[in-house]
Formats: sequence, structure tokens, C-alpha cells
Amino acid sequence: MTFDNIRTICTTILYMISSVLFIRGIKLLGKADTARKGNLLSSVGMLIAVVTVLFEKEVTSTISFGPAQNAYIWTIAAIALGGIIGAVWSKKVEMTGMPQLVALFNGFGGLSSLLVALTQYMTDKNINIFSSIALGLTIAIGAIAFTGSIVAWGKLSGKMFKKNVTIPAKNAINGLLAFVGLVGVVIYALSIAGVVGADIGKIGVIIVTCAYLVLGLTMVVAIGGGDMPVIISLLNAFSGLAAAFAGLSISNSVLVVSGCLVGTSGLILTLIMCKAMNRTLYNLLFGSFGSTKKGTAGEQKEPKSMSVEDAYLILEAASSVVFIPGYGMAVAQAQHAVKELCDKLEANGAEVSFAIHPVAGRMPGHMNVLLAEANVPYEQLKTADEMNPQMSNTDVAIVIGANDVVNPSAINDESSPLYGMPIINAFEARTVFVLKRGKGTGFSGVENPLFTNDNTVMIYGDAKQTVTQLVSEFED
Amino acid sequence: MAIGEILLLVFVFVIAGFLGVELISKVPSQLHTPLMSGTNAISGITIVGAISATAVALHTDGMLSNICGFAAIVLATINVIGGYMVTDRMLGMFKKKGDDKK
Repeated sequence: MTFDNIRTICTTILYMISSVLFIRGIKLLGKADTARKGNLLSSVGMLIAVVTVLFEKEVTSTISFGPAQNAYIWTIAAIALGGIIGAVWSKKVEMTGMPQLVALFNGFGGLSSLLVALTQYMTDKNINIFSSIALGLTIAIGAIAFTGSIVAWGKLSGKMFKKNVTIPAKNAINGLLAFVGLVGVVIYALSIAGVVGADIGKIGVIIVTCAYLVLGLTMVVAIGGGDMPVIISLLNAFSGLAAAFAGLSISNSVLVVSGCLVGTSGLILTLIMCKAMNRTLYNLLFGSFGSTKKGTAGEQKEPKSMSVEDAYLILEAASSVVFIPGYGMAVAQAQHAVKELCDKLEANGAEVSFAIHPVAGRMPGHMNVLLAEANVPYEQLKTADEMNPQMSNTDVAIVIGANDVVNPSAINDESSPLYGMPIINAFEARTVFVLKRGKGTGFSGVENPLFTNDNTVMIYGDAKQTVTQLVSEFED
Repeated sequence: MAIGEILLLVFVFVIAGFLGVELISKVPSQLHTPLMSGTNAISGITIVGAISATAVALHTDGMLSNICGFAAIVLATINVIGGYMVTDRMLGMFKKKGDDKK
């Protein structure tokens, strides 16, 4: 057996081990008790895969080159740089800013796959028709994942693309871009097959890169911020798929396995999220949510508002209180104050629970993470299904920065864009407090009739301040 | 690349795809975000492709491909390291609750 054969056997076995660790890791990530272990396992798998590639022939053969062409020097420098950036960002990010960070990381993953394909295009002399098609598709999917994630990041962090841009004939434009890009892939493949020249093939690569970079932008920019969790999940699936196609193109099995695992599991997760919001993926991508919703204006009642002191008197008399948190709680960083208020209410003899809508916040589970950070016990966090039957026996429901997830239009107004979405039935509680900064609509832009109900009182102001004031009222 | 190798890769691709579908079912909603972020870190596996492609690029002349490869490694590393660390931070918060229960 030659040295090269032994090397191939060893690297294949190591890639196999790392693939198995990824599979186990994803499986364990889906269960509450084992999730952290699952994440650790998959990171070990990643380490094994990275170390293994350093022993591949194309990498080891650069060791005799000078420092400027030694792959180890380039790799270690790049990993050190990327590692520091990634570590600092993930340490520094506030838990509230996490959804956009995940979107940003995902965009980097997509861009990385795109660059891998371009690097291979520029240097690999052994590209055949099969790998050229895979390479073209890597560019396409990587590009969508990149620009799409950047737009999602901008929308979530409020830095860019805040307004929902309505693109006229959106589907036609997107369809055309997708088609033109695929034509680019075909042109490139034809140039590899020798039908057309290499120069025309180059044009094909440029076409697919540009078309899909633009497509990521036009696809996501028209989608409302409220749907961003689903979009991030979908783009996550895309960046996995891009890695898988990159694997097909450079014939690396570990890339194919783990990329494809992420691609399809991400797609399933996307569908689960869509279901929780009663949306279909088709509707989300091709529907025009933003344009037809203003029809249901009807008569406008002014919501009632109340001072913190009066709210305190009601809370003091309450024997059961439900908190319904939303993204506003995250923005105001109110979770610790909420926990304090929760303790005060319990000391006062009230039964307190938290009703968490599956898509409250900007990502599913976002509220759970925040409340966990504030040490709210797990048993107090209830799902919408658990909480709704008890809602009519609840004295006070406190809605903190949530809007669409408590909008009764979802139940009783067929013309509402939210119609059919499962909500938390806050309106059934005897009294509803809504802590809100101003009179604006929710992320979806839909009016909320809950706010003008007779049993609803608005407490305007920063959620954290309001809650802190309530806490100090209890202390007096 | 021989036709056998190509077919084997396609085979692995399809099987891995179906495996991904089977792995994710009945995930409690509070784990959706960590799961998304954890699988996002795994999609940083493209780092392996980036290292390999950079090494190939270093065999040839031309600085542009080297820089492209370098950037690909940096970006993939941010995705991997950042992704795993953020996921661990999130899950660490869930852990605390378990300790409280005891």
C-alpha cells in the first residue's frame, strides 16, 4: 500500500467520525436535557474535520514552498483572525441582539461557500462537467444566503432596509433573476464541456454570481420584519446546501454530509416555524403580505391608558397574573425587572406564570432564552396551548412589548392578514395591561383591536421603567 | 473524477438529505433558536472546503485566488467559532434552570 492510499483511508475514516458527531450533535440539540452536549459533540466533529483537512495531499504538499505559499501559514493566520472576531462578537453580544448575530454569521457562511467556489473556479484545472454544475450552484446558493442574511441582519438590527420595500412584479423579477443565473451556470458548464470558449464561461460565472447576489436582496427586502425568524431559518438551510454543493464540487464527503444535513434539517425547522405562525412557506416567499392589509380600518376607538400607581392597585388585588412577553421586552432589556416584579407578586400571594408564544420575539424561543437569563424557573414558562384554557380565570394579563401574538383579529377577523395564526388569548383575562412605548402597530404593521377593548388598559412608556416603577410601588 | 465517484457523492448527498429530515421532528419551541444557531455553526463546515481550495490556489500563480481563499477561511471561521459559542451561551442559560430545580 502506498503512502497516498493510507492517507486516503485515514482521512476518510476521520471525516466519517466527524460526520457521525454532527448527526449525533443535531439529534441531541433537539432535546432540552442534552442540547448543550449535542452542541459540544458537533464542535468536536468540526475540530476533527478541520484537523483532518490539514493532512490532505494538496495542503501537505505546500509545506516545501516558501512562507508566502505555505498553506499552513495562510490557514493558521486566517483561522486566528476569524476565530478572534467570532469569539469577541459572540461574547459581547447582548442576548437581545442574538437573532441578528445568527443572521450575520449565516451570511458569512454563505459568502465563504461562494468564495470557495470562486477560488476553485480560478485555480482548479481538473473541473469536469459534474463539478462545474455543482460549482455554479454553490455560487448561486451561497450568494442568496449571503445577501439575504445581510438584509435580514439589517432589518433585525434596525440598521438597514427597515422599511418593507414593495417591489412591483416581485415574483416576475425574482423568477427572471433565478432563471438568468441558472443560464449562467449552464454557460459555464458548456465551457467546461468545450462547447463554448473559456471566456464565455467566465461571463457565465459572472452572470450567476451577480444574478443571485441581487436575488438574495430582492427576495428578502420585500418580506416583513415579523417573518424574519422563518427567513433566517430558511437562509440557514441555504448556506448548508451551499456547503454541500461545494463538497460535491471539490468531492469532499464531509462537506456533502454535513452541508446536506443542515440543509434539510433547516428546511424542516423552517416549516415547523411557518406552522406556528400559520403561514405557508409559499405565501411567505411569493405572497405580498405588505400591500393589502390596510383595508380593515373600520371605526377607531381610542385606547384607555392608566398611570403606574393605578395599575399597582389592580395588581395588588390580583390573585393570578400572566406575563405575555414580546420583542419589546427584549428591546427594553426588561427581563430582570420583570423577574423582580414576578417575585413581588408571588410574595403578595398571586400565582404568576409566563405565556410564551412560539414566535414571540424575533426568533422562536427568544423569550425563553431571555427569561432563562433572568432566572425565571422553567415551570413558570407556559406555551400558548397550556395557557389559553386558563386565561379566562386570570385576573391580570400583562402584555410586555408583545403585539401581533395577542391580536384577537387572528381569531375573529377573517380579513386580517394574521387570521388563523394561533395567538395567546390575552383578551379573555379580566384585565389586560399593555406595556408599550407608543401607539404604533406591531412588527407586521397590523392594527390590534385588543388595545381598544374595554378591559384593556395601556401603560405607555419604556417597559423596563414601568416594571421597575411597579416593583418600587410594591416595596413602599 | 470517475463516474463511480460522482455517483457515490450524489448517493451520500441524497441519503444525508433524508437523514436531516428524520433528525428534526418534535423539537420543543424554546430549542428552535439554539437549534438554528447550532446547525448554522455546522454549515461553517465549508471551512474545510476553504482550506482545501486555498491550498490548491497556493499551487498556482495569481494573488487574487489566494486572497479569495484566505477570506473564505476567515469568514467560515467566524461562522464556526461564533456559531458554537453563541449556541453554547444560549444553552448555558437553560442549564441554570435545571440547577435551580435541584
